[in-house]
Amino acid sequence: MNALKKFLGIIWMLLGPIIIIFLFMQASEKIGLAAEGIARTNTTLQWSIIILIFIPICAGLVIFGYYGWKGEYEKLPGSSAEI
Amino acid sequence: MQSTDKNVTQSITQVIAASSLGTLIEWYDFYIFGSLAVIIGQQLFPSDAGASALINTLAIFAAGFIVRPFGALVFGRLGDLIGRKYTFLLTLVLMGGSTFLIGLIPSYSSIGYAAPILVLILRLVQGLALGGEYGGAATYVAEHAPVGKRGFFTSWIQTTATLGLFLSLGVIVLTKNMLGAEAFADWGWRIPFLVSILLVGVSIYIRMKMHESPVFTKLKAEGKVSTNPLKESFQKKANFKMVLLALFGATMGQGVVWYTGQFYAQSFLENTCKLDFNESRYVLLWAILFATPFFVVFGSWSDKVGRKWIMLTGMLLGVICYRPIYQYFIDATNVKEFAKTELKSTSDPVVERTLVKDTKDSLITTTTLKTLNNGMTFKEAKIVTIPDAVTTFPEEQTVIKDVTLSGSSYIIIIALVFFQVLLVTMVYGPIAAFLVELFPTKIRYTSMSLPYHIGNGVFGGLVPFIATLVASFSGSTPLSGLWYPIGIAALSFVIGAVYIDNKGDENVAD
Repeated sequence: MNALKKFLGIIWMLLGPIIIIFLFMQASEKIGLAAEGIARTNTTLQWSIIILIFIPICAGLVIFGYYGWKGEYEKLPGSSAEI
Repeated sequence: MQSTDKNVTQSITQVIAASSLGTLIEWYDFYIFGSLAVIIGQQLFPSDAGASALINTLAIFAAGFIVRPFGALVFGRLGDLIGRKYTFLLTLVLMGGSTFLIGLIPSYSSIGYAAPILVLILRLVQGLALGGEYGGAATYVAEHAPVGKRGFFTSWIQTTATLGLFLSLGVIVLTKNMLGAEAFADWGWRIPFLVSILLVGVSIYIRMKMHESPVFTKLKAEGKVSTNPLKESFQKKANFKMVLLALFGATMGQGVVWYTGQFYAQSFLENTCKLDFNESRYVLLWAILFATPFFVVFGSWSDKVGRKWIMLTGMLLGVICYRPIYQYFIDATNVKEFAKTELKSTSDPVVERTLVKDTKDSLITTTTLKTLNNGMTFKEAKIVTIPDAVTTFPEEQTVIKDVTLSGSSYIIIIALVFFQVLLVTMVYGPIAAFLVELFPTKIRYTSMSLPYHIGNGVFGGLVPFIATLVASFSGSTPLSGLWYPIGIAALSFVIGAVYIDNKGDENVAD
C-alpha cells in the first residue's frame, strides 16, 4: 500500500498542472466561441473565476502529491500529540 | 450513576438542539437564494437575457460558496482564539442581517445594475458567515459528545443542511401557493428572505443561554489556547498534510455528491426537463423528507464500523449511478415525443401579444395546455417574433414548459432523487465526526473548517454553475454537466481509499 501511495503521489503532482492547462485551454476555446457569437453568451468572467479558484487548489494537489511521494502518509498520526 | 448519565444526555440534547437550530436557520438563509435562482435572475438582470441571466444568478449564488473558505479562516481563527460560542453567535447575526437585506433590494427595473451588485455584496457576507458557522457548531457538539457516540451526536448537526434546504423549499412553495404565481414573481419572492430575521432572533436568544465548550474551556484555563491558529494549522507540515488529506480524500467528493443530489437534481428537473416550478420542488421535498433520518443512521453506524468506507461507498455509488439516473429524468419527461402517440386532449389556445423591450418588434405567444393518456400535462408555447421592419420574415420557436408528471413516473423520479439524497446522507452523516477527530482542540475550528468549506463551498457549490455552463456548450448533451461531479467524486474516492485510515483518533480532548 505504501508503494501505491508513493506512486499515486507522482500522479497527483502531475495532475495539478494538467488540470490548470486543461482549464486554460477550455477557457480560451469557449470564450473565443462566445466572442464570435452573441455578446450575451460571453463567459469571460465565469471562466476567470473558475481558473482563479482552481489554481491554488491545484497547487494544493501538487503539495499533497509531493507529501505522498515523500512517504508522509505512510503512517497517519494516531493522536493529536503527533501533530 | 444512572442519574449522572441522564444529566449528561439531557445536557447534550440541549446542546444539539440549540446548535442545530441556529445552523438550520443559517442553511435556510443560504439556500433560499439558490432555490429562487430563476426568479432572482428575472428580477436582477435585463428581461431579455434568457439563459445568461440564469448563469449570472448562479454565478452570484456560487460567489457565496466561493467565499466560504475565507469565512472559515476568519471565524475559525476567532473560534480557536476566543471560543466557539461567541464566534457562532456572530456568524448568526451576520447571516440573518444580510439575508433580510437581500429581501429589501429593489429590482433591476428600479435601480439598474446596482441591484445585482448589492445582492453580490450581501451574498458574499452570507458566504463568510456560513464559513464560520458550520465548523463552530460541529466542533461544539463533538466536544460535548462522549467517545463512541460522536458520529451519532454530530449527525444531528449534519441533518441541518438538508433540513435548511427543506425549510427553504417549503416556505417558498407555501408563499407561492398563498400569493399566486404572478404576485410571487413580482414581490412575493422577498418574503422568504424577510422571514429570516424572525428565525434568527429566536436562535440568537437560545444560543445566548448556552455555555462554552467544556474542552475549549479547559484548554483556556490551562493557558494552552493557540496564539496563532492559522500559522499552526497551515504552516506546520504535520497538520497541513492532514488538512490536504481531509480536502482531497473526503470533503471534495462529499461536496459534489451533496450538491448534485440536493441542488443539481432540482435545477435539472426544472430547467432541462422543464418540470413545473412546484412539481420539481415537491419531488425534492419528498425525497429529503424520506432520506433525512439516514443522516443519523449512517452517523451512528460510523461509530461502530468507522467513517471511511461509509463515505467512500456514497461517492462510488454516485460515480456509477448519476448518468443512468439523469438519463431516466430526460426520458421520463420527453413530452414532445410522448405527444406524437399519446396525446389525449389540447386546450383552447391563449394568445398574448407583447412588445420586445427597446424595439418596435412584437412577440406573439400562443400557449396550449396538452394532456397525455398517461396523465402527464405540459404547456406548449409557440412564440413568434414579428419584426417592425418588413424586410425580414417572422421567426417562430416552440417552447415546452410546466410539465407535470403522471403517477408512476412521479414516484420513480422521487425514488431516484431520494436515492441521490441517500448518497448524501452516506457521505455527509459521518463527516463532522471524521473531521473533528482529525485535528487537535487548539486549532480544530480553523483546521476542519477550511477543508470542509473548500470541499463544499468551492467543489460542491460550483456544481450547478459549472454543470449548467458545461451543458450550454455547443455540441454538449444535457448530461455533459454531470462529468464534473462524477470526475471529482471518482478522484476523491481513489485518494480516500488509498490514503485515509478507517480508524480515527477518538480522543478529541487533546
